[in-house]
Amino acid sequence: MAVSPSIKRTSSRNPLWHIGNISWAWRITWSYLTIMLFLPAAALFLMASTVSPARFWQIATDPVALSTYEVTFVTALVTALINAVFGTLIAWVLVRFDFPLKRIVDAAIDLPFALPTAVAGLTLATVYSQNGWIGSLLAPWGIQIAFTRWGVGIAMLFISLPFVVRAVQPVLQEMEKDIEEAAWSLGATQLQTFWRVILPPLLPALLTGIALGFSRAVGEFGSIVIVAANIPFRDLITSVLVFQRLEQYDYAGATVLGTVLLAISLLVLVGINVIQAWRKRYES
Amino acid sequence: MSLSASSRNLASKKKDAKWVKAVLIGVAVAYLSLVLFIPALNVFYQAFRNGVSPFVSNFTDPAFLNGIWLTIIIALIVVPLNTVFGLCAAWAIARHKFPGRTFVISILDLPFAVSPVVAGLMIVLLYGRNGWLGPFLEAINFRVIFALPGMVLATAFVTLPFVAREVIPVLEEVGTDQEEAAKTLGAKDWQIFWRVTLPNIRWGLLYGVILTNARAMGEFGAVAVVSGNIARKTQTLPLFVEEAYKQYQTQAAFSAALLLACLALVTLVLKEILERKTHIKDVE
Repeated sequence: MAVSPSIKRTSSRNPLWHIGNISWAWRITWSYLTIMLFLPAAALFLMASTVSPARFWQIATDPVALSTYEVTFVTALVTALINAVFGTLIAWVLVRFDFPLKRIVDAAIDLPFALPTAVAGLTLATVYSQNGWIGSLLAPWGIQIAFTRWGVGIAMLFISLPFVVRAVQPVLQEMEKDIEEAAWSLGATQLQTFWRVILPPLLPALLTGIALGFSRAVGEFGSIVIVAANIPFRDLITSVLVFQRLEQYDYAGATVLGTVLLAISLLVLVGINVIQAWRKRYES
Repeated sequence: MSLSASSRNLASKKKDAKWVKAVLIGVAVAYLSLVLFIPALNVFYQAFRNGVSPFVSNFTDPAFLNGIWLTIIIALIVVPLNTVFGLCAAWAIARHKFPGRTFVISILDLPFAVSPVVAGLMIVLLYGRNGWLGPFLEAINFRVIFALPGMVLATAFVTLPFVAREVIPVLEEVGTDQEEAAKTLGAKDWQIFWRVTLPNIRWGLLYGVILTNARAMGEFGAVAVVSGNIARKTQTLPLFVEEAYKQYQTQAAFSAALLLACLALVTLVLKEILERKTHIKDVE
């Protein structure tokens, strides 16, 4: 820490005040983190360590568990990519164009952050059910969304929608329009302009948005437990399986699956930090 | 290519930019409608589909009222706790440069990356009957799991980072000059905090508190795991939504959902106002 001369003077006059103040904020921070975060995490790892490695592997790779990983991660990845495309498009529209009610549309993008997931699940299940507003239009074609894997996808699309938009929007805002016009006047088509001029500087932000949306979708529980039928091998996700194991008092099973989920969330978190470090280097 | 040709090229590009604009706005609004707007409107439609009286009659249902009460109690405990913690953590992190600083910020982010079900699982494994502290808690006859303390812990866990995450960048941007000036003029530490630091960070702080409150009142997964979801005892409003829906009491479910959706709307409006004041627009 760089101590400026003025601080040095005061602290030499009254050193206890200054030192006391630092350790005070730190003490509260670390005590609170210990109670809230470290102890619970330690309890999970301790419980996981009481399961023998062979048993751990057996629970973690049980066919039902494997199918939940597939449903969770593949659906989260696909929805993150869909939101990458439409999120970029929405951010583009909001930054570049003017249209009526634009401000309300812009503010509404954050709704999935503010709306409780149980409400999201409830309303999605209703809208996309066979007699819902949208579901009833799809039913004649034999497409069922609520209570199938498609429902899991819709819920994931909903809750991860804001991430890409909010990550990409500020970058687009700062981008100069001149460069695009220069590319156009040099004869580039709109597609070429997009691929060669707009996308490259957008990429770090876009990747951050995709990773954040993916990690949110992987962890999602509230909306999916309502909008899906939670049937193994069809639309059961890992979080719901952990919940079901706990309801059956199968603590070992819940712990193993919980540890797997936690490990993957940590990996994604590290990935996001790496992308952001790369982004900082890219920007400077 | 001659200059006139290139400017003609630019003009024709600008002409097709017009229909491109219309198509892009159309696609963006269509996507947002399918995923966001129609489901959001559906909450209001369903809550008042049979008029206002079924909605009002829910306020005589003890389970419903208890859900509201419990949701408010939990928020009243968790929001101040996490505000104090968030301020301390933000101060400690923003005001000191130390090795491993990014690592500490990543730890702080952990509750965002962890699935709420896993968060609940950790708390069960720590305080539950078979948990680490279970025997001790049983000896002093203090119930944490399936009771209010566990629900408070779970909610505090998932809302842990909001305040710190909003305050750290503001503190960094403001810098230490004013605080040091106050210090040389002989101000005491709490005077510096109240008179100098707090006014500088108030909008960022308020923003963090609003996000904390919205998540605290809306949390479903973590609370569902630790509460046991006992109607009229440990059932918050989001849990009531799910329970009512599963029991085919759609009207009651949507009445509770409406209250939570209004909470989300208030959050969005306040967020928008604060964003205008502080120019923050970032992904949580």
